[in-house]
Amino acid sequence: MEDSRLVLSPSPHVRDEDTTQKIMLTVVAALIPVWAAATYFFGFNSIRLVFVSIIAAVGSEAVFLALRRKPVTVWDGSALVTGMLLGLSLPPTLPTWMAVLGSFVAIVIGKQVFGGLGANPFNPALVGRAVLAASFTSQMTAWTMPFTDAVTSATPLVSGQASYAELFFGTVPGSLGETSALAILLGGVLLFYRGILDYRIPVGFIGTTAILSFVFGQDVVYQLLSGSLLFGAVFMATDMVTSPITPVGRWVFGVGCGLVLVVIRFWGSLPEGLTYSILVMNAFTPLINRWTRPRIYGQVVKQV
Amino acid sequence: MVNLKNFRGGVHPEYNKHITSDKPIKVLPAPKEVVIPLAQHAGAPAEPLVKKGDSVLLGQEIGSSAEPISAAVHTSVSGTVLAVEPRPSINGREVLSVVIENDGQDAKAPMTGHDDPIQLPREEIRKRIEAAGIVGLGGAAFPTAAKLSPPRGCKIEYLLINGSECEPYLTADQKLMEEYTEDVVLGAKLLAKACGAEKTIIAIEANKPEALRKMKALAGSNAIEVVALAVKYPAGGEKQLIKAVLNREVPAHGLPAQCGALVHNVGTAWAAAKACRHGQPLIERVITVTGDGVKAPANYLVRIGTPFRDIIAAAGGFAGEPGKVIAGGPMMGLAQFDLNVPIVKGVSGILVLSDKVANEFDPMPCIKCARCVDVCPVYLMPVTIEKYAMNAMWDEAEDYGAMDCIECGCCTYICPSKRALLSWIRLAKTEIVEAHSRHSS
Repeated sequence: MEDSRLVLSPSPHVRDEDTTQKIMLTVVAALIPVWAAATYFFGFNSIRLVFVSIIAAVGSEAVFLALRRKPVTVWDGSALVTGMLLGLSLPPTLPTWMAVLGSFVAIVIGKQVFGGLGANPFNPALVGRAVLAASFTSQMTAWTMPFTDAVTSATPLVSGQASYAELFFGTVPGSLGETSALAILLGGVLLFYRGILDYRIPVGFIGTTAILSFVFGQDVVYQLLSGSLLFGAVFMATDMVTSPITPVGRWVFGVGCGLVLVVIRFWGSLPEGLTYSILVMNAFTPLINRWTRPRIYGQVVKQV
Repeated sequence: MVNLKNFRGGVHPEYNKHITSDKPIKVLPAPKEVVIPLAQHAGAPAEPLVKKGDSVLLGQEIGSSAEPISAAVHTSVSGTVLAVEPRPSINGREVLSVVIENDGQDAKAPMTGHDDPIQLPREEIRKRIEAAGIVGLGGAAFPTAAKLSPPRGCKIEYLLINGSECEPYLTADQKLMEEYTEDVVLGAKLLAKACGAEKTIIAIEANKPEALRKMKALAGSNAIEVVALAVKYPAGGEKQLIKAVLNREVPAHGLPAQCGALVHNVGTAWAAAKACRHGQPLIERVITVTGDGVKAPANYLVRIGTPFRDIIAAAGGFAGEPGKVIAGGPMMGLAQFDLNVPIVKGVSGILVLSDKVANEFDPMPCIKCARCVDVCPVYLMPVTIEKYAMNAMWDEAEDYGAMDCIECGCCTYICPSKRALLSWIRLAKTEIVEAHSRHSS
């Protein structure tokens, strides 16, 4: 006698409360201190660029999901995160339409053409940023001093003119979200506490940069606090979709990011190598996963 | 808590043990009719020894097999055989079963006990355990006697008695350790003698302080060590228990004996004590009936063969609309669609989830968060095996260790995208086994 009320499904019958949507919204929450700091330092430009980037990202996602005849799942929050990350990586005076273009590229070229959420090999926000940086080089390197619209020539990474305290609190020129180490660390602590950020990637990334800066006679603290290293190591390199899934692989990925960053910073013609360091390592992610498979329980380690 | 034994991986689901953890074991009266499947253990099914119309005595052997891996089956009531026919069982298949009408007399078949069974010779203990049809009561229902004879060339150094009960909701093992402490300890000693173990360790999750205290009080005087395990699922998995307690690993696709260990559940020890002391075969066991879908959750001592329907009725019936009825716990238990299925030796509980809790989930795309990799207690990459399984790439799935999966369900539990990782891995395992048998034939 079968009871038709009973649900039949395979085990396990209970699930963890965390969802992909909650993870995305937690990343948004972690970016709030960064955005708040950016707005404090750079005023309306911060609100303008981040809002526009978010709206363009979510809008592009909705339109392209509809065009691909897929369910319009913008509520998953992933496009929101991409838009916010891109907006916060832009210089304060960038024209609005460029931010829109960057978001469109991030979502459509960076994500949807590969199959949408989870299928993209490269960090979408960085794809958008890379295209903007290559296309509008002067606008993407036009910096202003905090609290003013006074145009300045260079960020502290290039000028070398900022105190540790200024770098830590963020009262220096730079992209919206990158200047305040304090705000970034606050967000990073939240992500770590919620189990979203794997410490291996930022520790490997920042640690490698620190060691190599020391080896090559640079000011280590200055190298760590200036530029977009912290923002990238905490929020960009740790993107789940585009970083390795194995514990050892995450070390390799973080260390690799640090190596590429240092090469670009010290010997490249670009002032900052954050974007490309992560994009390069994103390309290696599938191989890193393959090379760093965990030893399965009970498998004897082969004697060499 | 100091020095809790732990292992890498695992998850922390809501344990929900408070529902029944302070409820003493109640003896559930035998039902009017029992249905006793002849295949309720791992290995070859037993052949029926009775036919329709036969009178049987309580504890009489009604099924046996000459195969090396099998277990005898006994009736849990006295009365008349109504039928020997296929009946629904908890794994969803019909299994040849003996249906017996209970005459209410509990007229016992002759049983040979021993006042001080630990004095019995080693081989005699093993024989009595075999004759009693004892199988692993933790869930896998592997015939105990077969497990007690270590394979050639293996020496059992450690006997681990598994009192972890890491499945959420279930409290049957806990109550057994609290109320039948002496039987469990005696059983542990008997099992140790039967397998020739040098040392016996009883491992209990730290969330059962009363069971730990009672076991320690009694075991301490018997040269048995009691250790506390970190509270984490699946602490009671055989491989995880060996890793946590002994820091050894069972060789891949091998047996625990190959690393000098043997694991038996506390319920199995209790059954072994009853078999050797009273000559009583395995005809009853302790189960937990629990969940938000049942009115009066409880721990029961029930006769093997009691239909789920009778047990749920005894526990006050459904509370509201039932969603799922699960044989076992929420992590590895089997969902049921027919409440006439009987309790068998390996079922440690009935979990009734209300329709509010028994959710179905729509999977979202994988975001490669790698939580499944982090929690896998055998260190697999579940997401990668899932991907290969979805693309019917069975060789690759095997290469990534699909056959090493213990089906604990941690990956599916933790997945934020609610993907059915374990279901895909199970499919891969089935396909791999089929491919191998095609290849060898």
